Amino acid sequence: MLSAKLFNATTIFYMLSTLAFFGYLAGRNKTVGLAGTVLAWGGFAVQTVATGLRWKESYDMGIGHAPLSNLYESVVFFAWSIVLIFGIIDIKYKYRIIGAFVMPFALLAMAWGQLYLPADINPLMPALQSNWLLYHVLTCFLGYAAFAVACGVSIMYLIKAKSEEKGAEAAGGLMSQFPPTKVLDDLNYKAIMVGFPLLTLGIITGAAWANYAWGTYWSWDPKETWSLIVWFVYAAFLHARFTKGWVGKRAAWLSIFGFVATIFCYLGVNLLLSGLHSYGSLS
Amino acid sequence: MSTNQRGVVQQVWDFFCSLKLTIFLLITLAVTSIIGTIIPQYPNIDERYWATISAGRRALYEKLGFFDMYHSWWFLALLALFSINLIACSIKRLPHVFKFVSEPLTVLPETQQKIFMSREIRLQGSLEEAKEKLAAFLSSRVARPTVTQDGNHYHLFSQKNAWCRLGVYVVHFSILVIFAGAIIGNVWGYKAFVAIVEGDKINSVKARNGKDIPLGFEVRCDQFTVSYYDAPGGRGPSQMPKEFKSILTLTENGKEVPDYKHVRLVVNEPLTYKGITFYQSSYGQANDPSTFFFNVRRRADGTVSRIALRPGMETKLPDGRLAAIVDLTEEHGEGLAAVLGVRTAGGEPKFFKVFRNDPNLDDLRGDSLIFSFTGTDARMYTGLQVNKDPGVWVVWTGCIMMCVGLCIAFFMSHKRVWIVVQHGYARIYGNASKNQPAFQMEFEALAEELRQQNI
Repeated sequence: MLSAKLFNATTIFYMLSTLAFFGYLAGRNKTVGLAGTVLAWGGFAVQTVATGLRWKESYDMGIGHAPLSNLYESVVFFAWSIVLIFGIIDIKYKYRIIGAFVMPFALLAMAWGQLYLPADINPLMPALQSNWLLYHVLTCFLGYAAFAVACGVSIMYLIKAKSEEKGAEAAGGLMSQFPPTKVLDDLNYKAIMVGFPLLTLGIITGAAWANYAWGTYWSWDPKETWSLIVWFVYAAFLHARFTKGWVGKRAAWLSIFGFVATIFCYLGVNLLLSGLHSYGSLS
Repeated sequence: MSTNQRGVVQQVWDFFCSLKLTIFLLITLAVTSIIGTIIPQYPNIDERYWATISAGRRALYEKLGFFDMYHSWWFLALLALFSINLIACSIKRLPHVFKFVSEPLTVLPETQQKIFMSREIRLQGSLEEAKEKLAAFLSSRVARPTVTQDGNHYHLFSQKNAWCRLGVYVVHFSILVIFAGAIIGNVWGYKAFVAIVEGDKINSVKARNGKDIPLGFEVRCDQFTVSYYDAPGGRGPSQMPKEFKSILTLTENGKEVPDYKHVRLVVNEPLTYKGITFYQSSYGQANDPSTFFFNVRRRADGTVSRIALRPGMETKLPDGRLAAIVDLTEEHGEGLAAVLGVRTAGGEPKFFKVFRNDPNLDDLRGDSLIFSFTGTDARMYTGLQVNKDPGVWVVWTGCIMMCVGLCIAFFMSHKRVWIVVQHGYARIYGNASKNQPAFQMEFEALAEELRQQNI
């Protein structure tokens, strides 16, 4: 199928983009940095077409549904969302170097999906046959992607803060490429400011759907509970900004923990724990 | 109250108002919530689980409420403390915010003049004339200004979106609304289950606590069916269920309820009557089948006849041969199948298998009669989740409030502009509650426009 070939091409785009950003990090050549961004957008465009085609192909098979229904489709959509959020931040704030810490997440997601996960288009089981599927998955994964960007920025923050503690490096060193810690802290906050309402909306659409399908909006199912754990961590992050002793490094660590919890909520729950949300599992 | 006592009260109050308590509670809630995702929770504990843990550990977990931890006293206490923290914070801060919004700083004190962004503008005409023009400018660009005279100075003040400072309190309040909705649902609602065999009717359901709850009307299950997706390649249906469907009829005082006759109930499309909602939840076979139905088609002329087979009895086929059902199998991947034996009078039977899910397969056997297995006399039952939740709309209201509040709190900014007018020149000051860099640009543009107006 054509969509499968285009998804493979997307993976290559993201790989080249990641390599270009690493090159930019090491060599500080502006053209290489620009190439990283262009390749990321190129991959994004190809993936958008591929997603549309996969959608259409499912209708051609007579089992039409949005391509967001199993682990493969979700991980691929996760990569797409990460590139989208990174692209928007790149356009708005123009700190291209962030790509070196964010595109690897997109590449990892895409490569895992393409190499290890079954990519067949399957019909939807009765529980998934609902318009809520689209709204729920869309909001959740855009939120997750914003958290991925925040995590990348937080890692940069910790590296930069550490080098500043060691004493100012010679001007023109690797660290001079990084935005100032103040900017990184701000970007971290801004990414979470986007991610948090999306996660909230994701949890609410999930609850609304659960109420519609099973008659209970909250049942402390592992998936629900973990999404709430993620919500608690980022809520703590948002309040930490107004509390003495919690700004800077601790906030960066909270953001990283938040993303670890997000990944567990997304993958750990499906692969390690059992519950209502088993359609995302491997078997 | 002595000073000492007041000190203690103040300390307790400060403790409940503190952001540090908020962060502690959020992180504690996050960490403790993990327990219930690892340890199985009532009522979904598999009996085999008990063998995997020691009696001592079971007793300890039981004591700590780990098997129903989200309803344990300590988890509910954490949630209660969280609510108190929310309320205390709001009581402490809301009056300040209200005052800030309702009594704005119309005259900017000197201390803040130094902090806020500012630009100086030269003025030509008279002081009065300049003041009027500047006021008109602010009206058109920001909002109608408040003008305060202070000796030979005029202070002009305009603001936009002052109320957005309340956004964060909308979010906080929404959490309490959601809690209230959950409590209403728990106190005045119920979750129950009922299984109805095809053709039967029920008038009460069994709640989770084992109590029978009368519905006040009857529900009859007319039919329950499972349909399957087509297998790839057009080989009849696959094993992948497409739809679980109950056909229900509601009756009240012996009469059918209008619009509730033969209504369909499928997953993701619940049915509500009188505040009680029914959800398609499970199904099964109510009794073992005793009669099996087949369609028999003559290859020669295509005429179809229906036959019924019972175990231990032979039935005459259209061509005079005798058929008997000898076995019934149900294997994963092929579904229900019947093993039939067909013989001529006095001859040895030939055995073959007919699949319930594959009506055309028997064609390949090449016999002059083609069998398809159409069903049995076993009745199905449909399992329905039955809910009454008067609090659900309160929960949704809270959720909408939360989304709106988050958008206000994160994406809207309270913008304030002051102009201090003196003879010959004026100074414009600006401040925004959020996103300073964006406001800086906006402010620069505003100051530049003002400069070009040559007031």
